[in-house]
Amino acid sequence: MNFRERLQAWRFNLVPDHLVGEILTKRWTDNAIPFLALVATLGVFGSIIPGFFKLTSLQESTRQLGEFSLVVIGVTVVMLGGGIDLSVGSIFALSCFSAVYVFFILEQSIWLALAAALCTGLVFGAINGYLVGYLRLRAFLTTLVTFIFGRALFDILVTTYAADVQLSQASSDVLDFIGDGTFWGLSVSVWLAIILAIVTHIALTRSRPGWHVLAVGGSRRSAHNAGIRVRRTVFMTYVFSGFCASIGGFLIACRLSGAGPGTGLNLEIMALTAAVVGGVSLGGGRGSVVKGLMGAIIVLTMTNGLIRLGYGTGTNQMVLGILLAVAVTIDIRWLKNRHKVLNEVYVAPVYLKMGETQSAAPGSGTSYELDNRLSAADHIGLGELEGPEDVILDRDDHLYCGTRHGEIVRFFAPDYRRSEVFAHIGGFPLGLAFDRDGNLISCVGAMGLYSVSPDREVKRLSAETTRSWTSIVDDARLRDPNDCDIAPDGRIYFTDSTKRYDAHDWALDSIENRATGRLLVYDPKDGSTKTLLDGYRYTNGVCMAHDGKSLFFAESWACRVHRYWLEGPKAGTAECVIRDMPGYPDNINRASDGNYWMAWLGMRTPSFDLSLRHPDMRKRMTRRLPQDEWLFPNINTGGVVKFNEKGGIVEALGDLSGNAHPMVTSMREHKGYLFVGGILNNRIGRYKIEGADPNWTSPASYWGAKA
Amino acid sequence: MNAIGWPNWRRLNQEGIVFAIAILLFAAAALGLPGFLAADNLVAIVRSVSVLGILALGMAVVIIGRGIDLSAVAIMAMSVAWYLQLLNTGTSDGLAFVYVLAGVLAIGLLNGFLVAYADVPAIFVTLATGSFVFGYVRSQLITQDAVPVPGGHWVELLGGVRFLDIPVEVFVFAGLAFLVFLFLRYTKWGRFIYFAGDNPVAARNIGVPVRPMLVLRYVLSAFVALIAGLLTAASLHSINTRIVNSTLLYDIVLVAVIGGIGLSGGRGGVRNVLVGAALIGILLNAMTIIDIPLLYQNLIKAAILLGAIIVDGIINPRDEQTTQQGDI
Repeated sequence: MNFRERLQAWRFNLVPDHLVGEILTKRWTDNAIPFLALVATLGVFGSIIPGFFKLTSLQESTRQLGEFSLVVIGVTVVMLGGGIDLSVGSIFALSCFSAVYVFFILEQSIWLALAAALCTGLVFGAINGYLVGYLRLRAFLTTLVTFIFGRALFDILVTTYAADVQLSQASSDVLDFIGDGTFWGLSVSVWLAIILAIVTHIALTRSRPGWHVLAVGGSRRSAHNAGIRVRRTVFMTYVFSGFCASIGGFLIACRLSGAGPGTGLNLEIMALTAAVVGGVSLGGGRGSVVKGLMGAIIVLTMTNGLIRLGYGTGTNQMVLGILLAVAVTIDIRWLKNRHKVLNEVYVAPVYLKMGETQSAAPGSGTSYELDNRLSAADHIGLGELEGPEDVILDRDDHLYCGTRHGEIVRFFAPDYRRSEVFAHIGGFPLGLAFDRDGNLISCVGAMGLYSVSPDREVKRLSAETTRSWTSIVDDARLRDPNDCDIAPDGRIYFTDSTKRYDAHDWALDSIENRATGRLLVYDPKDGSTKTLLDGYRYTNGVCMAHDGKSLFFAESWACRVHRYWLEGPKAGTAECVIRDMPGYPDNINRASDGNYWMAWLGMRTPSFDLSLRHPDMRKRMTRRLPQDEWLFPNINTGGVVKFNEKGGIVEALGDLSGNAHPMVTSMREHKGYLFVGGILNNRIGRYKIEGADPNWTSPASYWGAKA
Repeated sequence: MNAIGWPNWRRLNQEGIVFAIAILLFAAAALGLPGFLAADNLVAIVRSVSVLGILALGMAVVIIGRGIDLSAVAIMAMSVAWYLQLLNTGTSDGLAFVYVLAGVLAIGLLNGFLVAYADVPAIFVTLATGSFVFGYVRSQLITQDAVPVPGGHWVELLGGVRFLDIPVEVFVFAGLAFLVFLFLRYTKWGRFIYFAGDNPVAARNIGVPVRPMLVLRYVLSAFVALIAGLLTAASLHSINTRIVNSTLLYDIVLVAVIGGIGLSGGRGGVRNVLVGAALIGILLNAMTIIDIPLLYQNLIKAAILLGAIIVDGIINPRDEQTTQQGDI
């Protein structure tokens, strides 16, 4: 290894590039930017304003924060539903006036004042909701107009009744408590905001109406087509926003014991800015109450902080304008480009230097030398099948295989001309195995480990394992279960090829070449799944050794076969038995003569081996070239290899014509014949093995002669 | 009504209705209100809507291209306030005007850039820049709410210019209306605005430079706002920046929308602005003569605007299947 390669190896194998992509797949990354902004805002203003964090100062600012947060929660819900509500300032002011009017002028109880405030908010919200939801007017302009209307009404009312309110003698302990008192150190408005935030959060994330709001905001048309009452849902969001604003209005009525021309002024642009700065998306569907609250704290801290720092008239508007413009732009650009960024950075190739290998070319004289024997195989199901990744035969000689349509197809003995769909599982059934009771166990790509009973009952055995502590992507989920085999005690050993890609993206995994393949075991006694080994480059075929004390498993992209010991002194450890093969190994199965069959899904090429030593080149390739121009492992040629218990190669079979079995992913020996399948093939081949035991069957080899 | 704005008399349309209402109102006011028909009052009506009309022309160009400019009033008031402040503090006239012009164009470009190239909805961009312009100029560049015109300056003299006893802003309004008419009707760029407003994607596909045209519209709107601001300062001999917090902005939208310029873009023209301005001018004048307080006038205007938007929503319904997500 020269110096350049050593540098590359360090750079690409030690720097965890892949984490960037994995972090970006997380939805919480949406929260990260507003959260950092929140911390920064609090930090900056907390450090430059003396006494910012003092209790009394906090008490006063949190009281205001409580009222403001209530309004922001309402605006957030409207925005999540795909709308916008600019009239909250008016609703706030009018509700405040209603409460003041009922309490101070009509001299009724404080509870009636609360009812009046709520009524005002609900009615105003219902008007907005009717116009925007049912009449489908443009939310922005409509609520802008109702905002002007409400503001004009409020200005008239305030100028008319201001003097009467001043002269009123009405007072109430409850009002004073709501306005000035604290409960466990927090003011009533903060408590109300917290309660409403929690209730709203639970409603949005865990209840039907909340999901409807998010669905409508996410895609109005799809929500409509899915049968959600879009108009009513939109209507309800505005009513809710009116409700929230009216509580805020009632609280400020209690706090200020009156209403003035400044009540609720500029509240709409502040609330809108808060929601957007917090990361609630314009157009709906993305965001949460927590984001809205973060935005509320940021905006209020900034505006109040600037006032306390003594900046003059207009500073608030300037700051709000900048905040709004920046936040909206970031939001729009982020939503639009997130997928692009993710696609660009997710594939993070690593360096690997493949070992020197022996040639498999015909006439090369090595033990890997391929011949043309497989081209003579008979075909089964030609043209009917798509993607028989694995094939298996039962005790009655019937032949089973999976297809890319998610089905397990059964061909009937003896001539295998008739077939039926044995079971439909979904996903892409890959590896197959029969257990002692004749249940067909299958690793289903993208789904998990499944069992099909002889009377076709499909049962999921496992779809997840324990999650590792250091994982960022959810590695508990089985993304690409590939092959399985069953130990004499009934435990099912299976492979999950990669943690980073879904089953159909196996090509990306080969280009990245990161070692994330696992060997797992499912215990039918307690239904648990455990990870035995981790960190292999695409674990693939699994086969129990003839004595049942160890198993072989293939590591495709490294062209190696390992032996994992179940018993004996090396129990629980793995050792490499075959290394540096010229082909990429796939499934492994038992042979009648005590050896093992192994499929090669493709052959190594010098060019791809070289590219593995140039991760930077592969990275550029995946970013700059269209997928059909990428360099992939060669899967146009493959073959079948027989190896013995010690890992020595016995023979190799191939199809040099490339017509019948260019690539092989599985083969199964049964009564002197070898049945051959390929994941990209349109047939199963049946090849007569010379000199093989004509009575040997796999079920008998595993579970003994028929009872 | 086709794209250019020629009425289709076989069908009732908003412009026709509004025009009829304006005439009815005019007739009713002429009969019922003393002094309404006097020449002075008629000039006052036209004068009162001139600035509004000029701003509405700029807004109309933006709305036809499926946008909206909520920063117009802020640009109008604050640019002129800054200009006058510069003059009052001794900056030379030419230099001050260059500064202000550059500032106005910069805001127009910023609006256009964010809408066109960053794909941010126009209402948010202009809401934000409007707030920013007001806040920045008020807090950093000027010292009080109202800035007077320095004595003897051309802006002051402009306010006194009369021709046939008609104040100059009426002529400016008429001239600008004619220019915008020519622009929209007879220039390639004007036609492009209709294409882009009617169907931006299709316009882009046939090769219309949709994005540069968007920027152009916001720059035009900002420039028109500057002219309106200068005229306001000319007639009042000062500019009061509190106008930004008034309902003037909504009056502008009201004039454009009530005249029949669809908010979904691609429809309407200068004549719609004139009709809208006529109705609002008559209405405001009548309300002033009847002596309705300003606060109630706002209420009435808001109600009319709401009615106009509802009618607009019914005449130009939004198509559920083709509306873009996030089009609020």
